[in-house]
Amino acid sequence: MGGSSPCASCKLLRRRCAKDCVFAPYFPPDDPHKFAIVHKVFGASNVSKMLLELPIYQRADAVSSLVYEANARVRDPVYGCVGAISYLQNQVSQLQMQLAMAQAEILCIQMQQEPNLPTQIDQDEKSLLLSSNFNNNIPQYLGFASSSTVIQDPLKRESLWT
Amino acid sequence: MISGRCAACKYLRRRCPSHCIFSPYFPPNDPQRFACVHRIYGASNVGKMLLKLPPHLRAQTADTLYMEAKCRIQDPVYGCVGIISHLHQQIRIAESQLAKTQAEIAVFNSIAREAQVQEIEADSNFFKNLLPEEITAAGLRSYGYGSPSTQTFKFN
Repeated sequence: MGGSSPCASCKLLRRRCAKDCVFAPYFPPDDPHKFAIVHKVFGASNVSKMLLELPIYQRADAVSSLVYEANARVRDPVYGCVGAISYLQNQVSQLQMQLAMAQAEILCIQMQQEPNLPTQIDQDEKSLLLSSNFNNNIPQYLGFASSSTVIQDPLKRESLWT
Repeated sequence: MISGRCAACKYLRRRCPSHCIFSPYFPPNDPQRFACVHRIYGASNVGKMLLKLPPHLRAQTADTLYMEAKCRIQDPVYGCVGIISHLHQQIRIAESQLAKTQAEIAVFNSIAREAQVQEIEADSNFFKNLLPEEITAAGLRSYGYGSPSTQTFKFN
């Protein structure tokens, strides 16, 4: 037997870590929690099948995203990642609305400064400008159209990979 | 009885017990739903996840598990995380555009205020340069002072 220690998955599964173990490159022995959480949510067998279906150069990213999803599911057993998606879609929606209002305001200012145009713009015209500028072009992922599944504690923005 | 099995028990080719954990959430008319979830999580893991939760939360959990499984099947590398990443990017772009637009509004407002101040100063200088006798009652009337008369007003 070689001197290298078994990977985290083979340690957890209590089996011999083969030389071509599919898990070994992605679940080093010094981070047992990483495999434990993925195994808890997806199961070792399913993870193995998913990795074997992918070319080698994509497996590291696949493992990272599986770990991320598993962490999200453990943190929120009901909504998992879907809660975060709903929250972020809401944020995008609100920002786009604010942007549309700001753009409508600039149009109003520009029209008021235009000497040939009337100086007063009434509320109806402003509303029309606002509704024509506000273009809700967010793709509706997973059929979310409302904030019915919004959670207030989303996953952190910048660190998507652990 | 074979008929009346839920989609999970049909898929797993077993008898569907009366208190089957899957049957309320995986009806027989939607076999695809359980097939997706089973492919990614496995029946045993799904059953354990549902059993750990109170009954009133299980329907939502089954829905979100199905959604995530579907995402993972469509994108085997990134799954739902690809969508999250894309949304973060949309937020960054929208925030940047909003900041830029708000800065433009601030510039416009600043120019407008500056123009107003200059106009007020110009009016003020106009009156300072007028001789007292040039300010007639008729002229003052237009500014709301007194009634029509031939009186003149003296200013110090």
